[in-house]
Amino acid sequence: MDYKTIKKSEITEFLDNLIKEYEIAAPIEKDDIVVFDKIKSSNGVILEYSNSVKSPKKFVIPQFETLISYNTNEDTTNVKEHLDEQKQFILFGARPCDARSFLFLDKVFSDEKNRDIYYKNRRDVVLIISLGCTQPQETCFCTTTGGGPFSSEGSDLLLVDIGDDYIIQVITDKGAELVKKLGLKNAQKDELAEMDRVIKKSEAKIEPDLELNNLKDKLDNSFDGSDWETLTEKCLSCGVCTYLCPTCHCFDIVDEEKNRKGERIRIWDSCQFPHFTMQASGFNPRPTYKERYRQRIMHKFSYCIDNYNMVGCVGCGRCISECPVNLDIRQVLTSLYYSMLSGRT
Amino acid sequence: MADLSSSIREEAKKLLKKGEADVIIGFEKGSLPLCATPCFIRNEADVEKLIWNEFCGNNLSRYLIKAKGKVGIIAKGCDTRAIVELIKEKQVQREQIVIIGVPCEGMVDRKQIMMRCQGNKITNVEDRDERLLITGDLLNVAVKKDECLYPGCQVCTNRNPVMYDVLIGSTSEEQQTDEFTDVTNFDGKSSEERWEYITHEISKCIRCYACRNACPLCYCKECFVDTTQPQWVGKTTGQTDTLLFHIMRSIHLAGRCVECGACERACPVTVDIRKLNRKMSADVKKLFDYKTGLDIDQPAPLSTFKPDDSEEFMLDI
Ligand code: SF4
Ligand code: SF4
Ligand code: SF4
Ligand code: SF4
Repeated sequence: MDYKTIKKSEITEFLDNLIKEYEIAAPIEKDDIVVFDKIKSSNGVILEYSNSVKSPKKFVIPQFETLISYNTNEDTTNVKEHLDEQKQFILFGARPCDARSFLFLDKVFSDEKNRDIYYKNRRDVVLIISLGCTQPQETCFCTTTGGGPFSSEGSDLLLVDIGDDYIIQVITDKGAELVKKLGLKNAQKDELAEMDRVIKKSEAKIEPDLELNNLKDKLDNSFDGSDWETLTEKCLSCGVCTYLCPTCHCFDIVDEEKNRKGERIRIWDSCQFPHFTMQASGFNPRPTYKERYRQRIMHKFSYCIDNYNMVGCVGCGRCISECPVNLDIRQVLTSLYYSMLSGRT
Repeated sequence: MADLSSSIREEAKKLLKKGEADVIIGFEKGSLPLCATPCFIRNEADVEKLIWNEFCGNNLSRYLIKAKGKVGIIAKGCDTRAIVELIKEKQVQREQIVIIGVPCEGMVDRKQIMMRCQGNKITNVEDRDERLLITGDLLNVAVKKDECLYPGCQVCTNRNPVMYDVLIGSTSEEQQTDEFTDVTNFDGKSSEERWEYITHEISKCIRCYACRNACPLCYCKECFVDTTQPQWVGKTTGQTDTLLFHIMRSIHLAGRCVECGACERACPVTVDIRKLNRKMSADVKKLFDYKTGLDIDQPAPLSTFKPDDSEEFMLDI
C-alpha cells in the first residue's frame, strides 16, 4: 500500500482545490447537529467530530427521488426516465463504518444478481476519503461487525490523524489516481511509525467485541422465542433507527398523479412502521412492535448473511445514540444470545 | 436532586406484593452515560432495577394504552397531565392504574451535555446536587443541571404531579404561571419571518415519526399520515408533504397537547416541534380559557359544545 502525507493546515487548500473539479460532501455543523452536506468551500468543515447524526447513505439512496415522470393525453403517453448525469463526487471525512456501509449497499443494489440503475448512476461517481477514528465513542461497536476504527474497506483513501499531519492510505486505484493528480508527498518512516502507534492506541480504546459466536444459527432458532416480546416492550416503532442507519435501505414506490401528469417516486420506508407489511386484504403479518423489531434484527444478522454474505450492520452506533427510548441493539443481541445459550427460548 | 429511587422501589414492591399492580412502568439505568430508559417490572425481585434521576425524560404514559392488566406507573408532572387527558378521552381507565407521582425538577437534556463534551467519550458522571461532574479521556467538565434542561422543562408550570395515588418525596413550589410570551413574541414577527422559521424547521424533518410515536396523545390506531386508502398526505420529505404532516398533527392535538415535550425529545434532528404546539395551546387558552391536563372534571374544549363558545374562527360569508 502507498502512504502519503498532508499537513492539517493544508487541508482547507486541499478541499478548495478539489471543489473546483468535484462535488464534495463533508461533515459540517448545521442546526446544532453534525451532518454530511454538499459544500461550496472548505469553510465550516469539521474533522474533530464523533459521527454525523444522519448517515451519508442519502448520497446514493436519497430519501425520495423521482424515477420516471409521465403525461398522457387522448392518444399518446410520454414517459421520461430521470437518470440525470452525475458529477464526480467525493465523500470527504466519512467514518470507516460508513465507508463500509457503501460496500454493503453495493451488494444490495449493484452486484451480479441485483442491478438498480438509479443506485448505480449515483454510486459510480462516488470516491470516498474516510477519516479513521482516534476517539471511538461509547456507542461504537464496529469491531464486532467486522470493521474497525481504521478499517479501509469501502474507502478509496483513508486519513489517519497523527497530530500535525494526516497520513493518507491509498486503498484503491481510484484513490491512487486522485493522489497522483494532486502530487502529495510520500510518508516518511517516522510518520508511519507514528501512524501505527495512533492506530494501536485507538484500537485499545474501543469497547471489547460482543461475544456472539454463531449468532446467526442461534437467531434462526429463536424466531418464536418469548424474549422478543419483553426485549421490545419499550420500542416506539418509530423510524429513527432505520432512517439514521447507514445500511437500512428499504423503500416504497408511489405514483403521484394529477391531471394525467404524474411522477413515480421512490421513498425510504421502514420495517418499523405498521404499514410496511400491510397487505391489500387488510392483513398485517407484522402487526406489533415485536414482529417489526425482530425483523430488523433478523434481517441484519441472519438474512443478510444468507443473501450477501455480510452482516447488515456496520456498528456505527447511530441507532443506539439516537433511539428515543435507549433500546440498545447491543443489549438486545447479547440478551438474545445468552438466553438462547441457556435454552430459555 | 434528593434520591427518590429507594422510595420508588419500596412502593413498587408493595404494589406488586399486594397484587395491586401486575406491572410497574418506570425507569432503569440506561446503556449510555447521562441516560435512563423505560422499564417494565413484573417481579418483586426486579424492583431493584428502578431508578429516579434527572434523565427520566420519557413520558411513560405513552405505554398505558397498550399495557395489559393493572398498571402502576411512575409519573412526573407532565406524565400525570397526559394521564388526565387519556382518562378524559376514555383511553385509560382510572381504576386500572396506580399513579406513583414524583415531583420533578426539570429533566436534563443529554444531547446538550454531549455538545459541550465536543465528541469526547465520557467515562464517568458524578452527581453533585446542582451539578454533574463529567470526566473522560480528554474531558473534565462541571455542568449545572438547570442550564441543560429541555426547553419545555425550563418553562414548565406544573412540575408536581396533578393527580396521584401515592406521592414520592414532597412537592415544591411551581414556577410562575404561563403567560405565553414566547407565542406573543413569535406572533409579533412578520408573516415572512414566521414562514421562513417554520419552513426551515420543517426542512430538517426526516419523517421518522418518533415525535408522534413518543407522544402520549397520538394514539390513533391509524394515523392520517399513514393512511393509504385514501392517501391524505404525500410520503416525501418535500416541503408541502412534511409541513402538512406537522400542521395537521398540531391541529389534531389542539386542546389535547399537554406540553410534555416528549415529541421534541424524541426528534433526532432538532426540529422545533414546540413552536406549533405552543401556538395551539395559546389559542385554546384564549378562546376557551382551558389549560390541558390539569382538571379531570373539566370537559375538553374541542369535544364539547357550549352555546357561548368563542366563534372567532368562523368565517363571515
Ligand atoms: S428501537 Fe428505538 S429507534 Fe428503533 S423503532 Fe424502536 S424506539 Fe424507534
Ligand atoms: S443497525 Fe445501528 S449500529 Fe448497525 S449500522 Fe445500523 S444504525 Fe449503525
Ligand atoms: S404533542 Fe408533544 S408536547 Fe404535546 S402531548 Fe404530544 S408529545 Fe407531549
Ligand atoms: S421526530 Fe423529528 S424528524 Fe422525526 S418526524 Fe418528528 S419532527 Fe420529523
